[in-house]
Amino acid sequence: MHRALIALLVAITVSIIGFSLLRLSGDLATELAGDNASAEDIVRTAKLYGLDRPLHIQYVDWAGNALRGDLGDSLYTHEPVARLIGERIGVTIQLSFMALVFGLVLAIPLGVLAAMRPNSWIDRTALGIAVFGQAIPNFWFGLILILIFSVMLRILPISGSDTFAHFILPMVTLGASVMPAFMRLTRTGMLDALESDYIRMAWAKGLSGGSVLFKHALRNAILPVVSLAAVSLGFLLGGSVIVESVFALNGIGLLAFQSILRTDFPVVQSIIVFVSFAYIFLTLMSDVINAYLDPRIRLG
Amino acid sequence: MTSIPRDRIATGLAAPARGFDVEVPSPRALMLRRAKTHVGFLVGGSVVLFAILVAALAPVLSSFDPYGQDLTRRLINPVWGDGGSWVHPLGTDGLGRDYLTRLLYGAQISLIIGFGAAAIAGVVGSTLGLIGGYFGGRVDAVVMYLINVKLALPGVLVALSLVAVFRGTVTTIVLVLGFLFWDRFAVVTRSVTQQIRNFDYVRAAEAVGASRTRIILGEILPNVMNHIIVIASLEMAIAILVEAALSFLGLGLQPPTPSWGLMVSEGRNYMFFKPYLIAIPGAAIFLLVICINMMGDGIRDITAPEGRN
Repeated sequence: MHRALIALLVAITVSIIGFSLLRLSGDLATELAGDNASAEDIVRTAKLYGLDRPLHIQYVDWAGNALRGDLGDSLYTHEPVARLIGERIGVTIQLSFMALVFGLVLAIPLGVLAAMRPNSWIDRTALGIAVFGQAIPNFWFGLILILIFSVMLRILPISGSDTFAHFILPMVTLGASVMPAFMRLTRTGMLDALESDYIRMAWAKGLSGGSVLFKHALRNAILPVVSLAAVSLGFLLGGSVIVESVFALNGIGLLAFQSILRTDFPVVQSIIVFVSFAYIFLTLMSDVINAYLDPRIRLG
Repeated sequence: MTSIPRDRIATGLAAPARGFDVEVPSPRALMLRRAKTHVGFLVGGSVVLFAILVAALAPVLSSFDPYGQDLTRRLINPVWGDGGSWVHPLGTDGLGRDYLTRLLYGAQISLIIGFGAAAIAGVVGSTLGLIGGYFGGRVDAVVMYLINVKLALPGVLVALSLVAVFRGTVTTIVLVLGFLFWDRFAVVTRSVTQQIRNFDYVRAAEAVGASRTRIILGEILPNVMNHIIVIASLEMAIAILVEAALSFLGLGLQPPTPSWGLMVSEGRNYMFFKPYLIAIPGAAIFLLVICINMMGDGIRDITAPEGRN
């Protein structure tokens, strides 16, 4: 309950920041009126968009409408922002989920194997992959993947979001950026778990290796990974802006990028606030999931 | 009053014990010994040092102008390609500018942005973390709240829109990234400060009436410094990556600046038949970031070997 209250407070603050962010430039009306606008035109434009009112009144107005599902209209296409986001959110969610699953599928087995044999070649390889994923600039990784798989091997499409195949390269690119954290966390968790008394007990009882590793050790080691995964999903929703631009995937990241270029501030601020809310919600969810998975938290 | 020799006061109570020849190395000597055998730290550190030297000496190392266009010498291959020569070891770009020269000057930009952003973020984040961790209670609640707000904001998206509003220059990017990526500093310094503030030497300082500023700066900060340096290296790497991404998207540094991200973006037009144009600057970013991370991990292992994994 306490946490939910803080989350609400954070959400309100974030919406205020998101709202005022693009008004910092100060001359939105000038920009909107166009290059050849006279001083009169600028004043008229400011009136038309309500930009002449004090900032806090504009905010209350906007937030009130937003709560009723009206995020305003795009200054560029004049479509409702809610519809623009609604049309594209599916692509971003699909990409984020695929990247998350890709990251986890790669990270968890690697982390477990690495923890089973610390300092072996497999541990070093796993750490090497993690260092690699952490350091590679993802826009560049995307381009290199395009060069290899689309241009040289010609097996995957370069850009677009029509079929599943279009999502494979973006998934790998984005997944590579979250994988290292999952891998390190799984490895540390498994190392701790394998040294613990209950695992020694399990071995002593003569349980099979698989049962000890998966039923006993991994179950405990995976807890922090689960909460990180929920939090990462929020990060991925916002972080897909670069990858979506590289692969021309028509999600909210690309929409945000295009809107920034067009100074289409109702769209940009809505996406920022939307992604922040998704993050806050997912963080709360991860607490709930953790409480469900771990009785110690639920009862404590 | 009996007089105590001056050096005995300074070194504490125990007189030097004779007969015990066991040499206890000082923490500093121990750290140095670990540093000399840590491969990651040595490799990463040398490459970073090399990058700093090369960036600083760029005007000496290359006789070309990073902005100098020569349209008669466009798109010359690097030495290993067809028609490449040692005149332009890494070839030239679409406007006939020497690629190696631009790469060297680009290192200056990446390093300045990395150091600058990490320094600002370090000051902002560590200040908040120290204050929250030391005072606790309401002050800490405010710090936690600020951290939560920061974590909820999508960093890259906010950086993109801010840089777009303020126009991309090195200064604006350093400021935006510095004031955006302080959260990790705050989280770590806060939790370490919470542990340290109950230690005896802090309690002792409080007991003798030292001011809070003095306790935080004189007693706690030096003991959090290791963590701050490790995070700083991490954040430096992140700042370099984000600047490259911003410039790649066209919202960061503007042409003709030789930013590595911008070079990848410009090379993209030719990527299908001159892949080296994107491969070289991208690899440079990758290498620098990997080495900064290796150096950071090394510093962590060296200063706090128990905190591995």
